[in-house]
Amino acid sequence: MVLDNLDRNLLNIIQSDFPLTTEPYKTLAEALGTSEDEVLDRLSRLIEDMTIRRLGGIFDSRKLGYTGTLCAMKVPPDEVEFAAGVVNSYPGVTHNYLRDHDYNMWFTLLARDKGEISRITGEIRKKTGIDDIISLPAVKLFKIRVNFDLTEG
Amino acid sequence: MITELEKKIIRALQEGLPLVSKPYGVIAERIGITEEKLINTIKDMRTRGLIRRFGAAVRHQDLGFTANAMIAWKVPASFVDRAGELFSGNPAVSHCYERSTSGDWQYNLFTMVHGKSPLECHEVAGEMSRISGLSDYLVLFSTGELKKESMKYFLE
Repeated sequence: MVLDNLDRNLLNIIQSDFPLTTEPYKTLAEALGTSEDEVLDRLSRLIEDMTIRRLGGIFDSRKLGYTGTLCAMKVPPDEVEFAAGVVNSYPGVTHNYLRDHDYNMWFTLLARDKGEISRITGEIRKKTGIDDIISLPAVKLFKIRVNFDLTEG
Repeated sequence: MITELEKKIIRALQEGLPLVSKPYGVIAERIGITEEKLINTIKDMRTRGLIRRFGAAVRHQDLGFTANAMIAWKVPASFVDRAGELFSGNPAVSHCYERSTSGDWQYNLFTMVHGKSPLECHEVAGEMSRISGLSDYLVLFSTGELKKESMKYFLE
C-alpha cells in the first residue's frame, strides 16, 4: 500500500514514543496537527493491511524469565512443508525462515527454561525424523534495533 | 520478579491496544484496576526494561526494506567483542549477536542486515568485511517466510 506523509510521520512516532496519556490518540493528533478521528482511521487501516503487526508492548523475553535460541535444521526440499508444520505448531516458535544453505530452515524458539528448549527440539527431531537440528543460543547481545526511519522514504 | 498484576497487563497488552479514545481505561477496567494505576505500572515496566519498547511493531518488508540477509561471521574469540562493536555501528545492521557454535556450524557472530535489494546487502557485507578484516562469512537471504508472529507470554 502507499503511505503518505501523515502515515509515515505517525508510524515514526508510534514505533518508539506511543503516548502514555489518558487519550493517547488525541495526543498523537495534536503532535501531528490533525484530528483524533483521523489518527484512529489511519491506525485501523494500517493494522488491517498489516503494516502494523501489533500496537502495544514489545517485551524483553529474558527479563520476563524466558530463554531463547536460534535453531537451524537441514530439511530435504520435499519435506519442507511437513517440517514447517511441525516446527510452527509450537507457540514459542515466533519466526521461521527458509534460507539458501544446507541448514535451510531457521527458527527462533522461546521457552520458560533450557529444559523446555531441549524437550521441544527433541520432539521436532522425533516427529520429523530429521536429526540435523542445531541450537545456537545467544552468548552476547550487541545490538537490537527494530524501528525503521520512514521519514525519508 | 514479575507480579501477577504485571502478567495480567502483559496478557492484555499483547492482544493489542484498542482503537478507542481511552484505550488504557478500557484495559484497566478489564483487569480491575484504575487507569492511573495501569499507566503508572506500564511506565514502571518500561523503566525496568520488561517492556523494551512501547508502541507499534511494523512489518518493514512493506516499507521498502525488501531484502533481509542474515550474515554469519567466523570470528576468533579474542576479536568477537571488537567485531560486535564495529558491526553494531553500521546503521544497516538491525541485530548483532554472538551465538554458541554447534557441530558443523562454526559461525559465531550473527548480523541481520536490511536493504532495499540483495545487492545492497552484499555491499554492506563487503563493507563490514573490509572494516573488520574478517573474510570468512556467509550471506544468507531468506527465501521464504514460514512464520512471523509476536510471542504470547504467560498464556499457560
